[in-house]
Amino acid sequence: MTKIHRQNNEAILSLANNLRWEIGENFHDKLMESIYANATTIAQKSVTTPVVKPRFSLDRALDRIVTSPVLGFPMMFLVLAVIFWLTIEGANVPSAMLFSLLIDNFHPVLKDFAFTIGLPSWLGGVLIDGAYLAMAWVISVMLPPMAIFFPLFTLLEDFGYLPRVAFNMDNLYKRAGAHGKQALTMAMGFGCNAAGVVAARVIDSPRERIIAIITNNFSLCNGRWPTQILIATIFIGGAAPAYLAGLVSAGAVVGIAVLGIVLSLVVSWALSRTVLKGEASAFSLELPPYRPPRLLRTLYTSLIDRTLIVLWRAVVFAVPAGIVIWLVSNITIGGESIAGLFINWVDPVSFIIGLNGVIILAYIIAIPANEIVIPTILMLTVLVTGITGVGSGDGVMFELDSITATKDILIAGGWTLLTGINLMLFSLLHNPCSTTIYTIYRETKSVKWTLVSTLLPVVMGIAVCFFVTQIWRLFAGF
Amino acid sequence: MIDTNNCATCPVHNIGNLKKLGINMKDYNYVVALAGNPNTGKSTVFNNLTGLKQHTGNWPGKTVTRAEGGFEYNSSKFKLVDLPGTYSLLSTSTDEQVARDFILFGQPDVTVIVVDATRLERNLNLVLQVLEITDRAVLCLNLMDEAKRNNIKIDERQLAKDLGIPVIPAEARQYVGMQDLINAIFEVTSGKFVCKPYRLKSKSKELNYAIEKLTQEIKQAFPDIPNATWVALRLLEGDQSIIEAVRTGEIGNIKLVNTLLEEKELEAERI
Repeated sequence: MTKIHRQNNEAILSLANNLRWEIGENFHDKLMESIYANATTIAQKSVTTPVVKPRFSLDRALDRIVTSPVLGFPMMFLVLAVIFWLTIEGANVPSAMLFSLLIDNFHPVLKDFAFTIGLPSWLGGVLIDGAYLAMAWVISVMLPPMAIFFPLFTLLEDFGYLPRVAFNMDNLYKRAGAHGKQALTMAMGFGCNAAGVVAARVIDSPRERIIAIITNNFSLCNGRWPTQILIATIFIGGAAPAYLAGLVSAGAVVGIAVLGIVLSLVVSWALSRTVLKGEASAFSLELPPYRPPRLLRTLYTSLIDRTLIVLWRAVVFAVPAGIVIWLVSNITIGGESIAGLFINWVDPVSFIIGLNGVIILAYIIAIPANEIVIPTILMLTVLVTGITGVGSGDGVMFELDSITATKDILIAGGWTLLTGINLMLFSLLHNPCSTTIYTIYRETKSVKWTLVSTLLPVVMGIAVCFFVTQIWRLFAGF
Repeated sequence: MIDTNNCATCPVHNIGNLKKLGINMKDYNYVVALAGNPNTGKSTVFNNLTGLKQHTGNWPGKTVTRAEGGFEYNSSKFKLVDLPGTYSLLSTSTDEQVARDFILFGQPDVTVIVVDATRLERNLNLVLQVLEITDRAVLCLNLMDEAKRNNIKIDERQLAKDLGIPVIPAEARQYVGMQDLINAIFEVTSGKFVCKPYRLKSKSKELNYAIEKLTQEIKQAFPDIPNATWVALRLLEGDQSIIEAVRTGEIGNIKLVNTLLEEKELEAERI
C-alpha cells in the first residue's frame, strides 16, 4: 500500500467522522426506526389480517403446557421416555433378526469359505473373526435402534418441539452461567456428540460455546444407549421383582440420562465460575409455530442422512477395532496374551473404583466407537475366565442370543450389581469417542480445550465410581 | 411456425426444463443466494430446487454454515447458496456473519429472500436492508399455507409493486410455487425482469447526504468494492472492524474477502 492510498483512506475515515458528528449520535436508532416504519407501511398496504383473532389457538394451548413452569419438565421427560421406550421395545425384534442373519448364519458360511480357499488361519481370524464380526455386531445392534430413534427425533424436530426444550432449559443454563442454546446442542448430543459439538456453532460467545462443547459429552449418545439398556436389564432389572423389572430398568436408563443433564449443568456452572468466567449472554429465540411433520419426507431424510451415515461411521471404526481385539487376545508374551497381561495388571487398581481390568481395556479399545464396548467386554471376559463352550475362540466378538447367557458370563467374570451400576456410570462419564475428540479439535482449534473435554469426563467418571464403590462397600459390606 | 413464447409459459415445458444438479455445479452461469430470517424454510426451498437433502428442522439456527447446490433451467446453470438465517445485515453477531458476508461480498447474481408470510412485517425489515444493497432480488413468500390457516391474506401484486421485485407465494414444504420461483430467478438473472428495488424513504436529508457523500468517496478509493453503501453505513455507525479494514485498505481487496469465504466453505465441507 502506497503512502497516497493510505492518505486517501484516512481522508475517508475523517470524512466519516465529521459526517457522523453532523447526523447525530443516534444514527443507528434512526436508521432502524426508518426501516421499521417503512416495513410497517408496506405490510399494511398488502397484508389483511383477520379482524377477530381466533378464540382458540392450538399453538398457544400447546405452548402453555409444554413451556409451563410446572408441567414443562415432566412433559420433557415423558416425551424422552416415550421415545426411548419405543426405541428399546421396537429395536429388539429386527435386531435379533439381523443378528441371526449376519452372525449365526453368514459368519459360519464365511468361515467355511475361508477354509475352502485355504486362507491362512491367522488371516481368516483377523478378517472374519475380527473385522467381519465387529462390523456385523455394530450393524445388528445399532441399525434398528437408530432407524427408530432418528426418525422419531426428526419428527419431533420437524414439529417444533426443540425450541421449547431450549426455552424450558434456558433459565437453568443461565443460572449455570451458560448459554440457553446449549439445550439445543445437548439435544443433538443425545443422537451423536460429534453432531452436538458442531451444533454449538449457534452459540455466539466463544466462552459459552466452549462450555457447550466440553459438556456435550454428558449427553448419552447413540453408541452408549445399548450399553445402558443391556446392563440395566441384567443387573438393575434383575435385582427387582420380575413384574417390575422392565419398568425399573427403563427408569434406571432415564435416570442416567437425567444425571447426564444435571452434570452438564453442574460442570457448566463450575467452568463459568472458574476458568471460563463471565456473564451469560442474552439471546432471542423465536418459538416457531408447530407444524404438522411430513412423515414420509422425514422418514426418508432421517434414514438416509442420519442413520446410514452414522452407521457407516460406526462400521468404519468397528472394523479396525475388531482386528485389534483379535490381535491383543491372540498375540502372546511368555504364554500370556497381551490382553490377559494388561487385564491382570490393572485389575487391582480398577477394583478400587468398582470396575475390573476387562472394562478398562474394553474402553481403551473402544475409543473409536462406544458401540463396541459391550461385545469387547464379553469377549475379554470369556478370555480371562476361561469359560468354554461359548463364542468361537479367542478374540471373537459376539453377542449372546439371550440376555441370561450374557448375565451368566458376566457373573462368572466376577460381576456384581455394583459392577453393573459403575459400568453405567462410567459409560456416561468417560472420554468422548475419537470422532468427537477430533471434531472438538476442529471446532475449537485448541489443543488445550480438546484435552480438557477429553480428560475431564474420565476424571469425573473415576471419582464418581470410586465414591459409589466406597459407600456401597461401607454399607453393603462387600 | 411454432410460437416459442407460448412454450416458455407452459408449465409442462418448464418442468421438463428443470434439472436438479445436486452438487454438480461446475461452470455455472449464475449465483443465487438464499437469504431470510431464521426458520422461514430456506433449506426446504434449497432442497426442492437442487434435489439435495440438506437436513431441515423446525428450529431457528438449524443451518450453521452455507450449503451449495446447483440446478439447470432453460439451459442456464445456477449455483444456489443456502445461507444461515439472519435478522439483520446491520448487526454484528457472529452466527449471522456467514450470511451477511455472502450477501454483501459474495456478489450473488440474484438474492432470493425467503420470508414467513405469517410474519411479513417483521421479515420485511431484512428485505428492505437487502434491497438497499442489491439491485436484483426475488421475494419468496413462503409458508402461505400457514398464512391461509391463520386467515392472513396477502396481496402479492401490491407487494411486488411496492418492493419493485418479483413476489412469489409458495408452500415450499408441499413444493407449491417452486416453478414460479425458478421462473422468477431466471427472469431476473436474464434481465427479462428489471428490478426497481424499494429504497428506504423517510431517511433524513442529512442522513441521505452523508451516505451519498461517503459512498462516493469509498467508490473512488476502492472501485472494486461491491457494497460501498453498506460500508458507508458501517463507517457512519463507527464499526471498528470496518474502520480498521478501510484504514489498512483491506476492504478494497475483494479477492481477500472471497478467499475468506472459500476458506469458511472448505472448513464446513470437512465436517
